[in-house]
Amino acid sequence: MNRAGFSAAALVCLLLGIWEGAVRIWEVPVFILPPPSQIGWTATVKAPLILPHAGVTGAEICLGVLFALATAVPLAVAMFAKPVLEKALSPFLVASQAIPVFALAPLLVIWLGYGIASKVFMAWIIIFFPITVSLLQGLKSCDPEYRTLFTLMGSPFFKTLALLYWPWALPQFFAGLRVGVSVATIGAVIGEWVGAQQGLGFLMIQSNARLQTPLVFAAILWLAAMGLFLWALVGMLEKKIITWKS
Amino acid sequence: MLQVTDLTKYYNGQPVFSGFDLHLPAGRFQVLLGPSGCGKTTLFNTLTGVTPKDAGTITWQGEPVPHLGDLCAYMHQKDLLLPWFSLMDNALLPVRTRGGDMAAAQDRAGQLFLRLGLGGYESHRPDQVSGGMRQRCALVRTLMFNRDLILLDEPLSALDAITRQRHQHLLLLLQTEFGKTILMITHDVDEALLLADDIFLLTPMPMAIFRRFSPEPAKPRAFDDPKLLHTKAGILDHLEKGGVS
Ligand SMILES: Nc1ncnc2c1ncn2[C@@H]1O[C@H](COP(=O)(O)OP(=O)(O)OP(=O)(O)O)[C@@H](O)[C@H]1O
Ligand SMILES: [Mg+2]
Repeated sequence: MNRAGFSAAALVCLLLGIWEGAVRIWEVPVFILPPPSQIGWTATVKAPLILPHAGVTGAEICLGVLFALATAVPLAVAMFAKPVLEKALSPFLVASQAIPVFALAPLLVIWLGYGIASKVFMAWIIIFFPITVSLLQGLKSCDPEYRTLFTLMGSPFFKTLALLYWPWALPQFFAGLRVGVSVATIGAVIGEWVGAQQGLGFLMIQSNARLQTPLVFAAILWLAAMGLFLWALVGMLEKKIITWKS
Repeated sequence: MLQVTDLTKYYNGQPVFSGFDLHLPAGRFQVLLGPSGCGKTTLFNTLTGVTPKDAGTITWQGEPVPHLGDLCAYMHQKDLLLPWFSLMDNALLPVRTRGGDMAAAQDRAGQLFLRLGLGGYESHRPDQVSGGMRQRCALVRTLMFNRDLILLDEPLSALDAITRQRHQHLLLLLQTEFGKTILMITHDVDEALLLADDIFLLTPMPMAIFRRFSPEPAKPRAFDDPKLLHTKAGILDHLEKGGVS
């Protein structure tokens, strides 16, 4: 483990230690704040209960990511190719981010039902924006001298896109994707809070109502782990694809 | 072969050059020598249509053309290699973008790699080789344009002095071995003397040719050739008088 990783781990251990100690010394009731040891224990022994819910939430997030990629990439490319389109669309893009997803969630459940579709849609809305914006920025950051070179080679737009703009934008695309997958959990869980029969968000609401606080925390722990896993996955993918030094 | 008449370009209402004339016969190696910021790169950008000209005519083999964009190969000061491609893929870029016989192009690029001392480095990435090798790869790419006219904008200025000297004779190959017609920009008087058939001294903005030298010794030339040294003295003298640093 490197130095930074070691300090981070040490800090986490310290904070967990303080939490554990404080809860035990002041005898805080478990339904208010369970000690970390009990959360860890619950997350492990209740795995058979949590796992199916985590699977549903995971599927929602992954579908959301896929839909977001399938829409954000063409849109960013189109806005890059036609600046008019960028001018026309950017207000809508920004406005879409100004609307709190919480406000949309009940409507989406009415429109798309209690099933997975409304959650996938929520995740999609949240992931879509960072990918589009960072990919567009990446495409636009291409050095004009390279553009000139391609112009002089008589390269048509889509060839220049494939050979120059796209690889040039990849680091920023991945930065956006990483932000996207780490906030995607929010969209899915909000959707589940508003109305669902399964998923980690549903489990949290249900356990909360029954004062099963350790289970709420265990669900959060799983959620965080899933977010972290996706984040690391994107990082690995990035390392595998971007093998050059710019 | 190339005739430029009355070429004019303004930036923000200021003429970078106005009424610029140039005649470049086929197979000749001409060098433009001028101070920093006098408008040399702007001239090349205007000739190639990267930026539109404000007035003037460009005639290529007797035919007036809007610009030389698809008639010449243009090599920049920076190597402009794509870091995600191997040297070979970089060299093949002009063929890939326009389409063409890839197998034949690969053969030709392979031969050029050998000729320019890049043999064995075809699959290396640009960040794995030296600055000199990158510039040679850019030279191969320039040749892969397959054009008769080559514009060189300070092609060696990114290199250190020693590497630079070693690469000057490679530029001469463009003319002697590949039969290209060449217009080159440089800051380096010795480089100009070594390579050029004609050297044009330029004034600061608005840029104009104020003196022409045609070094006599046959190429390849030696730095210490007395005739060359005589021409050099003349050039340095004029550069001083021309207010050129
Ligand atoms: N796109 C532009 N818009 C406005 N002015 C420009 C632009 N490009 C260059 N200039 C100006 O035109 C002048 C000539 O620039 P240019 O790059 O052609 O000089 P140069 O002779 O190539 O210089 P160097 O030897 O440093 O490469 C400079 O004063 C520069 O500031
Ligand atoms: Mg220049």
